[in-house]
Amino acid sequence: GNSLRKIAVSFTSCSVIVFPPILVFLGYNSISFGYKEIRLCSNLTKEHQENPSLQSPQGLSYNQPRVVGLNGKVIAVTPWLAPIVWEGTFDSFLIDSIYQQQNITIATTVFALGKYTTFLKAFLESAEQNYFVGFRVHYYLFTDHPEQVPAVKLGEGRQLTVLKVASSNRWQEITLRRMEKLEKLIESRLVNEADYVFSLDVDTKFYGRWGAESLGRLIGVIHPGYYQTSRKRFPYERRPESQAYIPAAEGDYYYGGAVIGGFVKDVYKVAKTCREQLDIDAAKSIEAAWQEESHLNKYFLYNKPSKVLSPEYLWQDFKPNTNEVKIIRFSQVIKNYAAVRPNP
Amino acid sequence: MRLRQIFYVFLLGMFVGLSLSGLIYWGFTSIWFGNHLTGNLGRTDVASVTPWLAPIVWEGTFDSRVIDSIYKQQNITIATTVFALGKYTRFLKDFLESAEEHYFVGFRVHFYLFTDQPEEVPNVKLGQERYLTVKTLPSMNRWQDISMSRMEILEKLIENELASEADYIFCLDVDTKFYGRWGVESLGRLVGVIHPWFFNVPRFLFTYEHRPKSQAYIPAGKGDYYYTGAAFGGSLKDVHNLTKTCREQMNIDTANSIEALWHEESHLNKYFLYNKPSKLLSPEYLWRDISMSSGSVKIIRFSHVAKNNAEVRPNL
Repeated sequence: GNSLRKIAVSFTSCSVIVFPPILVFLGYNSISFGYKEIRLCSNLTKEHQENPSLQSPQGLSYNQPRVVGLNGKVIAVTPWLAPIVWEGTFDSFLIDSIYQQQNITIATTVFALGKYTTFLKAFLESAEQNYFVGFRVHYYLFTDHPEQVPAVKLGEGRQLTVLKVASSNRWQEITLRRMEKLEKLIESRLVNEADYVFSLDVDTKFYGRWGAESLGRLIGVIHPGYYQTSRKRFPYERRPESQAYIPAAEGDYYYGGAVIGGFVKDVYKVAKTCREQLDIDAAKSIEAAWQEESHLNKYFLYNKPSKVLSPEYLWQDFKPNTNEVKIIRFSQVIKNYAAVRPNP
Repeated sequence: MRLRQIFYVFLLGMFVGLSLSGLIYWGFTSIWFGNHLTGNLGRTDVASVTPWLAPIVWEGTFDSRVIDSIYKQQNITIATTVFALGKYTRFLKDFLESAEEHYFVGFRVHFYLFTDQPEEVPNVKLGQERYLTVKTLPSMNRWQDISMSRMEILEKLIENELASEADYIFCLDVDTKFYGRWGVESLGRLVGVIHPWFFNVPRFLFTYEHRPKSQAYIPAGKGDYYYTGAAFGGSLKDVHNLTKTCREQMNIDTANSIEALWHEESHLNKYFLYNKPSKLLSPEYLWRDISMSSGSVKIIRFSHVAKNNAEVRPNL
């Protein structure tokens, strides 16, 4: 009895002393982040124009890539070696100096139909503070109510063109037609007027730097709601009848439809392909789960982006901050759907 | 007595139980159970991008199957140059045989072998869609000259022959051997390889040329990485620009009676500082001439072989 008691006491006290430190020790990642010195270099360098597209065949079987590593650190390249842009992976000064020499114009399209014009002021004002500051930016604003476009003072080298479009009764319809409008705009104007184009949702606001680090041949952004989700639970279109269909075993990331970017001619291909596939679906009376976002995800799976933006570049105001997303640059504002959409 | 025993055992059991549940709970939220993702790609112990967002290729950063499938669709040819002058021809057999096993396997490769002794070129059986062209050069007395003259020869080769024949070119030292996969993950517009002795060393120890008189001069406090001259590559256009610039700058140095500290490697480093590579290869792609790997370098793909300098070089 006595010896048993002694054993019990000593074991218990050992556990108290030994267990927690073991847990704590194992809990900490003993691998350091590695030597990575951010060096400033003010010297002039050339543009990277990666020419070949990154087409990948259907049905290829491989592990889903992580966005956040097992130890909580973010992953900075995709499995096809496209950089994933996170705070801390790039040097703003260096990247700006590289692109400043290239005298580029960045076209930026937004769609503000019906009551969505209410988002314009915050969008434009915050863009003027954060979006490609110091670069030539040309906003192309599609709206059915040009008179509701607010007068926002733009910085030097920045301009805005309002393009009138027909109204619509369904928000799904509006979102689907964006691809066609983008396609036509590129054909008619952007090929002559811009080097890069970004297509952004308007019910958003900039909160932090969005700069030249986001430029590349073909740019997608990782949707903030799904970067820790297994690919079989991505909200891809799962009906084989739709052109946007992606089988459960395939998929790299779930990309957000709120941001598409790249060289004018590469974004043209995205818009054109998505528009064609949307038309095929429409003819069969199918509407993909998340409209053009579903078609975009299909496009990006088989035509891989040359650069991917982290969820810093597309957040949602209602989401609480997380460990890995250390800065919010662009985010969808909280909106009252009933108040702004023409239909539920 | 009985009661106390039971009580202690109960305490013990409670404690063990709580610890276990704590362990399991914490495990779920941390590394042991990860999340639901099955991927094991992604290195976080090394930098996988440069500050200008060029990828740095390490094992674990790319998926071979995905990358191979992307490039298979592009019907590419990779030209590859090696220089084997004087006694360096002895390295050819291992170089070529190991390349057949590891280097761009499954893709079209055209080796351009420069030598002053074409009869010493070993007969190595090449796989399908792999070619070898031997080009004869005059002998040279100084190994430094041999090394530096490569730039002009490459410049001319690209101008005169490769334009319609290859999409990418790699220029590799011959006193080397392949030990692991070197594939299409290494392709890019302009590709530099981090020198195996300088990849975790602070910049002030880099052996850049520090004399302002040389065209290869890099001021103190400047520099991204120290790149090796033993392996570099990229698109024809970009490598042509690189070799042409290096050749021009070496000529200016010669006219000024100065030879850069590490010869064409110094000029290469200067070029890469001001014309940043679009992709970097980790030291896995050019390792030291000892076979021990180190820390972050988990796999050796291509490495210098041990050699007796006095024995193989025409001069010291």
